[in-house]
Amino acid sequence: MEKKLKIILYISIVATCILGFIFPNKHPHFWWQKIPVFDAVFGFVGCAVIILVSKWVGHAWLMKKEDYYD
Amino acid sequence: MINIVPPVFIYIAGALLIPLIRSRVLKQALVLLIPAIAFLNLLNMPHGTYWTFQFLDYELILGRVDKLSMVFAYVFVIMSFIGMVYAIHIKEYGQHVAALIYVGSTLGVVFAGDMFTLFVFWEIMAISSVFLVFYRKTKRSLDAGFRYILVHLFGGCILLGGIVIHAVTTGSIAFELFDFGTLAAKFILFGFLLNAAVPPLHAWLADAYPEGTITGSVFLTAFTTKSAVYVLLRGFPGVELLVWLGAIMALYGVVYAVLENDIRRLLAYHIVSQVGYMICGVGLGSEMAINGAAAHAFCHILYKSVLFMGMGAVIYVTGRSKMTDLQGRSLYKKMPITLALYMVGAFSISAVPLFNGFVSKTMVVAAAGYLNRPAIELMLHLASIGTFLHTGLKLPWGVWFGLKKGDEEEIEEAKEPPFNMLLAMGIAAGLCTLTGIYPKILYDILPYPVDFHPYAVGSVVAMLQMLVLTLAAFWLYIDKLGGEPKISIDTDWFYRIFGRGALWFCNRPLNAIRTMGQAVLSKNVVFVGKLSKHPYILIEMAWSSIQGKRISYQELIERPYNENSYRIPVGLGACAALIFLFLYGLIYMA
Repeated sequence: MEKKLKIILYISIVATCILGFIFPNKHPHFWWQKIPVFDAVFGFVGCAVIILVSKWVGHAWLMKKEDYYD
Repeated sequence: MINIVPPVFIYIAGALLIPLIRSRVLKQALVLLIPAIAFLNLLNMPHGTYWTFQFLDYELILGRVDKLSMVFAYVFVIMSFIGMVYAIHIKEYGQHVAALIYVGSTLGVVFAGDMFTLFVFWEIMAISSVFLVFYRKTKRSLDAGFRYILVHLFGGCILLGGIVIHAVTTGSIAFELFDFGTLAAKFILFGFLLNAAVPPLHAWLADAYPEGTITGSVFLTAFTTKSAVYVLLRGFPGVELLVWLGAIMALYGVVYAVLENDIRRLLAYHIVSQVGYMICGVGLGSEMAINGAAAHAFCHILYKSVLFMGMGAVIYVTGRSKMTDLQGRSLYKKMPITLALYMVGAFSISAVPLFNGFVSKTMVVAAAGYLNRPAIELMLHLASIGTFLHTGLKLPWGVWFGLKKGDEEEIEEAKEPPFNMLLAMGIAAGLCTLTGIYPKILYDILPYPVDFHPYAVGSVVAMLQMLVLTLAAFWLYIDKLGGEPKISIDTDWFYRIFGRGALWFCNRPLNAIRTMGQAVLSKNVVFVGKLSKHPYILIEMAWSSIQGKRISYQELIERPYNENSYRIPVGLGACAALIFLFLYGLIYMA
């Protein structure tokens, strides 16, 4: 099951990236919108950054025991 | 034409009728009928300004109807219907009364044409909504409710201050575009931003919304913040500060959502994040940005209600609200319909094409592009990734699936929630999909003409790339994303800890001074009381101190009063009389 899902995921990554080359952004406002796979890279890196940075800030500072206010 | 009335009166009249009706079925019919009547009423409301009343030297306006107020009014009324369907099984009709007054006052805010009317409904909104938190009746919800109302009353006071300064300096209370440079406008903006939950004034939202009743929180998510977005759109479009506040806010909510373990609090942080897009749109201020903000508010109310209803259903059937108590228990087997409907909401908030978030969120982001704001565009993009990560992936994964670590047992009592709850979710999910597939119905009611095509192939592909790769990153870090049994401190820390400090200060040092003062005073009062019984001892004391004898007054004062001890022989008196008579005689003779 997990293997199947993984294969589907890989196929969709490749497919959306290829589609990015076929259908470029017709009205780019910024230079990065001209890169066909920019959103893919941004999605992956952005997601990783959000997880790692938030968890780091949380563990270092924000997260407290559940009875903190009691 | 049918006679139209201010929508707020329909809701408040309905709310007042509920306690008078005995039959449960009639009550249920009434709470559904009210939004229906209000909707018909809206359809017949022409644009213009009406229902004006003279108050002192000012003009109160209950009906300022234009495209901007109508788009919010429509979604508020639709939402109130959905919320009522979701809550129809509740036997405590007080909750319905609170919800109806809350919705009514929000509509009052939306149609208010002057600041006094706005303020009155603004405060009714705060006070009626807190009951939706109190009705949960746990200690946590009572505490959270009190904090909620205190924060809102504080914000209300600042707003009133701003309104008064505005009225005095300009002589007008009309609710129009404010000049951001003035002091009055800054006060008013503060009040608005507090209700819009803009950090650092947002902590009340993440504090109180997850503690509300299951059905009440659904109402809470829709009205307060979005009516604040409405008043900001009306009063402060194009204020640069809001652009940055909005973009920061969008990311702020995302960071906290990563850390959150309480399922409804996670969603509450995503309200903060999503309202960030709207605030940013208000700040950008172009026609497209304002359209985007209004459209996003419309869509947000619908999909957020689905999400809150879904999580509410989970809490309703399992009694658990923490991801750590739910993950790895294969809940998807027990409530597949709820899961499916929740996912419609999740896809909508994540801006998956064909769902409504895609047609509104992209409009705000595109507006940032047209105004050439690269940093803002990227920040909003990043927040969008976070949205899909949490609401679309982490939360459903953690609640309905989750890694089985070994000792988790399936939740026996779990099942699909009552039909009315599913129906409400279904209606909202249907509307999310409808506006997603056919955005024209939404675009037609926006304040400005829309020239925006979300379904350009390039943008759809770009969005799909982002979503798929977010999924890939989620998969990679899936072990890190389970719930942790922790809470995260937020800006409510300041008033919660300060509040505790203030309480200590009153209890200890201030109270000690009070008891000391009281002790001294009561001692003296007792002394004066006893002294008044025989004040003569003062002379006795004075006399004895002249003689050099020391008598403690304690001894004297405790001595029972005996009139004979001070009585002088009669002879002394007679003698004195004779002496006076003699002296008198002498003077008279002379």
